[in-house]
Amino acid sequence: MEADQKAQSPMTWLVWGIIGLIDLILLYGVTLMYAQEEIAFALIILLIVCTGTWVFISNKGYNYRYVFPALLGVSIFIVFPLIYTVNVAFTNYSSSNLLPLERVKLLHLRKTYKTDGESYNFKVYQQDSDYRILFISNKEADKHLVSQPFNETTIPSPLKTDFSPDLPEGEELPFRDTIKLRQTLKKLAIELPDSSELSMTSLRKFGPMSKIYRDIGHDTLEDVRNGNQLKPNYETGFYIEVPEGQPDSAGKQTGPGFVVYNGWDNFVRVINDPGIQGPFLQIFTWTIVFAGLSVFFTLVVGLLMACLVQWEPLKGNGVYRLLLILPYAVPAFISILIFRGLFNQNFGEINMLLNLLFGVQPEWFSNEFLAKTMVVIVNTWLGYPYMMILAIGLLKSIPDDLYEASAIDGASPIQNFFSITLPMIIKPLTPLLIASFAFNFNNLVLIALLTDGAPNIIGASTPAGATDILVSYTFRIAFGQYGQDYGLASAIATFIFIMVGVIAWVNLKATKRVLE
Amino acid sequence: MMVQPRNLKYRVWTARIFMILFLCLIMFPFLMIISVSFRSGNFATGDLIPSNPSLEHWYLAFGIPWENADGSMTQPPFPVLLWLWNSIKVAFISTVLILLLSTTGAYAFARLRFRFKESMLTAMMILQMFPAVLALVAIYSLFDQIGSYVPWLGLDSLGSVTVAYLGGLALHIWLIKGYFETIDLSLEEAAAIDGATSWQAFRYVLLPLSTPILAVVFILAFITSIAEYPVASVLLQSMDNLTLAVGSRQYLNPQNYLWGDFAAAAVLSGLPISIIFLLCQRWIVGGLTSGGVKG
Repeated sequence: MEADQKAQSPMTWLVWGIIGLIDLILLYGVTLMYAQEEIAFALIILLIVCTGTWVFISNKGYNYRYVFPALLGVSIFIVFPLIYTVNVAFTNYSSSNLLPLERVKLLHLRKTYKTDGESYNFKVYQQDSDYRILFISNKEADKHLVSQPFNETTIPSPLKTDFSPDLPEGEELPFRDTIKLRQTLKKLAIELPDSSELSMTSLRKFGPMSKIYRDIGHDTLEDVRNGNQLKPNYETGFYIEVPEGQPDSAGKQTGPGFVVYNGWDNFVRVINDPGIQGPFLQIFTWTIVFAGLSVFFTLVVGLLMACLVQWEPLKGNGVYRLLLILPYAVPAFISILIFRGLFNQNFGEINMLLNLLFGVQPEWFSNEFLAKTMVVIVNTWLGYPYMMILAIGLLKSIPDDLYEASAIDGASPIQNFFSITLPMIIKPLTPLLIASFAFNFNNLVLIALLTDGAPNIIGASTPAGATDILVSYTFRIAFGQYGQDYGLASAIATFIFIMVGVIAWVNLKATKRVLE
Repeated sequence: MMVQPRNLKYRVWTARIFMILFLCLIMFPFLMIISVSFRSGNFATGDLIPSNPSLEHWYLAFGIPWENADGSMTQPPFPVLLWLWNSIKVAFISTVLILLLSTTGAYAFARLRFRFKESMLTAMMILQMFPAVLALVAIYSLFDQIGSYVPWLGLDSLGSVTVAYLGGLALHIWLIKGYFETIDLSLEEAAAIDGATSWQAFRYVLLPLSTPILAVVFILAFITSIAEYPVASVLLQSMDNLTLAVGSRQYLNPQNYLWGDFAAAAVLSGLPISIIFLLCQRWIVGGLTSGGVKG
């Protein structure tokens, strides 16, 4: 009974209405996806629709109403991309194998060639937003064909034509405007009354065209001109063109390729290909060194500054604190780019100063050691305020009487630091240091904007640089200028997932220890 | 009573001098970039205080063509203000959405009982350590496919970037949950006795008491979105759709090195964000440390 009463309040009806509407829209989407054979996506959305509807309608699901949207967000934008990436790691998805087999097949099936037969000159007539085409035969000048009307959004396929003694209604389009319309005209498939087909062959002519390939089943295509066959090779992800009557091995690979699962190939490449394995190991080591050094230096500088700012005799520490936080307040992408300019070999202000003072102009971007030094310097500058902020909070929690006792014993500030301050804060600081390590492990923004990996590693088969860390290496493999290899990038990303997973697990343990 | 060492005065002075030297070092890039923005030309080198200051780069940063001394006109190289506006749009909408989702989620985690609560929380904690940078290929491919159904969510649309930023949610749920747990439960219990539903208790009792943390999360999420580079750089392509973080990089292209123009654009766009941060730093710092220590 209670449920009935609830269902009658207008608010509940409104909620039901909204849910119904959202469900309808999503179900329409599911049908669309199913029709396009995106079955995995369709299933996922169907699942979301079902659980969502249950959570918002059933009383049992009441408490889940608050978490459902957040959980949905987390699953769609964090969990799903992670799973998807691992999935891509087992495919040959790359700029040369970009489309699924179906789409590549369609591309081939759409290819046409010019066949013998009569071609026609044409004129386009416009009436309001509709066009008609007048075809004029080359042989018999008085034989006119007029097409059905069409416009840029609705194009009947095929576009039928009929003999007509009269010119079409409307204005004849000047040649200049006809050229502007050529993208639309190229798409037209004209059907003549004798059911032969015409396509646009040049800017002034339509001629008889035929499809090169016909589908003969099992994803195999046959060239109607010479009987050659296009057979898909499911291992390489390419169609091979096999001349008639010859074995498959005589075939020639033809692009574009399609996406296939290639098992552990990408992982094997990381281990076996010397052009990947060498740089990978070098980059992996540097990633750990970089993250470690970054944590170390930001901690040292941040802790030192926190101690100074917290030290009572040093007056004006409010101002000091504000100025010290400044590097954290400015968006990182701006400060990193500022440093990129300041460190510039020829025009940079840092080299100008060094030249003035010491007469040297270090090559910050082409010398490996200097580039790495620069990266660490910039990252320390960017990161110490965060450590300082955390340390100030922790220092406040240390009772003053400990320092008073040690002062009576005549301890120096350095002794104080190592025997009181550090032991008191190291435990709560550990999880934060691990989080900071994880952050720097994946600090793509710094590397991408500061050096973009420079200087390059010689002998690498994919773009790789000495200052590249694993994520920036992956980023360049996937989205670099020289051929995108998403499969390989995802394989390396999968490796990073495992690393981050381990770090996250260690962090979880450390946090639990702090809470206990 | 604090025992005063004899050489305190000497130590204070050492510390003060060290601090001032350190601050000079830290401030150097900022002072330099402000100075560069007033220099004329993109390659001229000069002192910290420019000898013949010019507003050339500032005109261009504001999108106003600049007339050179020889009468020729320099057009603004990039639409900086448009980029800034794009960034603000994306950051604002994604932040509002993040706030909506994470507040309700945090409420459930802090107050309600349901199955799998603990494991969901642990999962969130681990997941927030996986930044979107790691799944860029998937994000790119996902939005490529979504785009064929919903064009305004496809590649090269600001909608896609806005939606992709919702992944930053997990961390904020933890922050807000921590704050909710510090609020006394008895108020909501009183409301419940008066017949309030859990939604009413959340909306009219808990939320008004939580404005400080909501402000902190809003500012944090906003600044994070504005400064986000990797996802935006992968999803956005055309010049007019870029966000500031992606666009700014164009200035320091080796083939077209516009150091002076960059300086003015950097100061122009960095200043408002930095000021917001500094004004709210008290709350942000509080949120960061409490959220950080709690996990």
